[in-house]
Amino acid sequence: MAETLTMAKALTEGLRAALAADDKVLLMGEDIGPLGGVFRVTEGLQAEFGDKRVLDTPLAESGIVGTAIGLAMRGYRPVCEIQFDGFIFPGFDQITSQLAKITARHEGSVSMPVVIRVPYGGHIGAVEHHQESPEAYFAHTPGLRVVSPATPHDAYWLIQEAITSNDPVMFFEPKSRYWQKGEVDRESNGIATHSSRVVREGTEVTLIGHGAIVSMLLQAAELAEEEGTSIEVVDLRSLSPIDYEPLVASAQKTGRVVVVQEAPGNVSVGSEVAATVTERAFYSLEAPVLRVSGYDTPFPPAKLESVYLPSVDRILDAVDRALAY
Amino acid sequence: MPYTAATVQLLSPEGTLVHSDASEQYIPYVEKLSDDALYEFHRHMVVMRRFDIEAANLQRQGQLALWIPSNGQEAAQVGSALAAQPQDHIFPAYREHVIARIRGVDPVTILAMLRGISHGGWDPKEHNNFHLYTLVIGSQTLHATGYAMGITLDGMAGTGDPDTDTAVMVYFGDGSTSQGDVSEAMVFAASYQTPQVFFLQNNHWAISVPVSRQSRTPLYLRGEGFGIPSVQIDGNDVLASFAVTKDNLDAARSGQGPRFIEALTYRMGAHTTSDDPSKYRDDSELEFWAQRDPITRFETFLRGRGASDTVFADIAAEGDDLAADIRKRITELEVPANSTMFDHVYSDPHPLMDAQRRALADFETSFEEGQ
Repeated sequence: MAETLTMAKALTEGLRAALAADDKVLLMGEDIGPLGGVFRVTEGLQAEFGDKRVLDTPLAESGIVGTAIGLAMRGYRPVCEIQFDGFIFPGFDQITSQLAKITARHEGSVSMPVVIRVPYGGHIGAVEHHQESPEAYFAHTPGLRVVSPATPHDAYWLIQEAITSNDPVMFFEPKSRYWQKGEVDRESNGIATHSSRVVREGTEVTLIGHGAIVSMLLQAAELAEEEGTSIEVVDLRSLSPIDYEPLVASAQKTGRVVVVQEAPGNVSVGSEVAATVTERAFYSLEAPVLRVSGYDTPFPPAKLESVYLPSVDRILDAVDRALAY
Repeated sequence: MPYTAATVQLLSPEGTLVHSDASEQYIPYVEKLSDDALYEFHRHMVVMRRFDIEAANLQRQGQLALWIPSNGQEAAQVGSALAAQPQDHIFPAYREHVIARIRGVDPVTILAMLRGISHGGWDPKEHNNFHLYTLVIGSQTLHATGYAMGITLDGMAGTGDPDTDTAVMVYFGDGSTSQGDVSEAMVFAASYQTPQVFFLQNNHWAISVPVSRQSRTPLYLRGEGFGIPSVQIDGNDVLASFAVTKDNLDAARSGQGPRFIEALTYRMGAHTTSDDPSKYRDDSELEFWAQRDPITRFETFLRGRGASDTVFADIAAEGDDLAADIRKRITELEVPANSTMFDHVYSDPHPLMDAQRRALADFETSFEEGQ
């Protein structure tokens, strides 16, 4: 039973299903009650489930994460909304020093089923701190899981799977895709949570990315095909752990790999993917694994974001460079 | 002189009961206590001080990497801990060794952390709801507040059933009051009216920095600023610590929202065995607080009520027995197997942990094969 939903609405539906399935699930965050969140992802949920299930919190990210930890110790499954990517950092200490380590500190007797939803990424023309891609900090942190859907279907299922996980999950929502529509099959998710997925098959170059970048990779593949180049596109979906098997299999097939991400490239998720694919598919590679990333600068003023962010042209340029080896 | 007319003191440094405007409402809690209950206060304070001395010795002898002394803070800790109900949850900082023991944590478990054997590792559910130590200053105040929010959501406060109603008590120090997390915890606690007592041990020093660097206002007034009823007590008076904490926990459990207690006490020793207090504070200050020692005054009080020498001799012997016991068992602690570092990073299966556990095992096996 497929239906067409925007990613934002698919997330709303996923959250609604999770709230209905388990009365220990709580939503908490700033402006998520009557307003429905600044992106309206929680719209209608407080009215439906009450203010003891959907909590408008004081304006304090460390407080949101820190109290979510205590609620999880009590047996709740809190889902925290961080309003924007750049506002995650006041909560960074509680996430990395506490949330990520509490299960190990307790030698397994206490689980931390906490989801932290983070709208992230550029392409929306917003002010400073509202367009960043901080996922690498969290993928680098042992004890956390990190996922990012690229489609409404994945958003609907991944958010529910994140909530049923007994581990903390950083859930990065590509906000430039919130209003894009796609088919959602509510009967079947069709793939395991931490799996990467080949979303377009090809033979000459593999493009790897996650979140909003995936649709750009597909556009680039279309254009390349018009010029006679066959491109395979893989959606990472999960940034920690990363499911390498489909990536390595694709690299072994095409021999050329380009990793694309909005985040700054230095010490990034793309760096790790490039290194591991190189290790595992070394004898199949015809070219070094290339990366296309945001530049290693603060996210620039919005009028420059199209320069800063990977574009179809920069991706195709990298494809050409890979093919030139 | 940190005390003011508002400071609740029930037992003077001379060991006599105090009747004052600030103390009067709490006297009934003390009058109900039997001799045996009072001896229990003394027993915990004396035994823990003996433990503290032994642990410091073990550190000096290389058996512990570090020791965190609690010498001088026994009254604040013992009185407040004995005021809690079994169903209450206690979130410590990292100096609450006697509270850990009162709630059933083996003192050797505490030493294991400082020997490099564990990061804590006890299950709070199996230790009378005594949660793990938290070393990042002040972080635990938010966990306690979140936990207390959960109690409210569960409808387990304010029911009127004394066996059901549950409160949370969180311990923190004067240095931590400068941390944002402590302020955020008080914002959330006041906002959600959590069943919770914030128990601040103001021991006057954050390692080498005096409390005057943290705050220009008495710290209990901070609580008031967040809309949390707050009280300052003589933290070296175990009776005040007990009575005031009991009163405040009762209020929290009955659904009246959070409370804040500032216990004025003093860290008689170093912050940890890694620092030297003579470099940053005067002997005169130490002498001031030595005259207000929590154990000395309580012994005087008990003797005034007719406690015999046998009572004190038995308690001293228990302290010596504990010291001998930990000295023996500390060296018997086993280092965890190498692979255990992968075991509980995640609760659910995780492919990277599995791969790295296998890789470490293969690496170790490769040396065996090479022999």
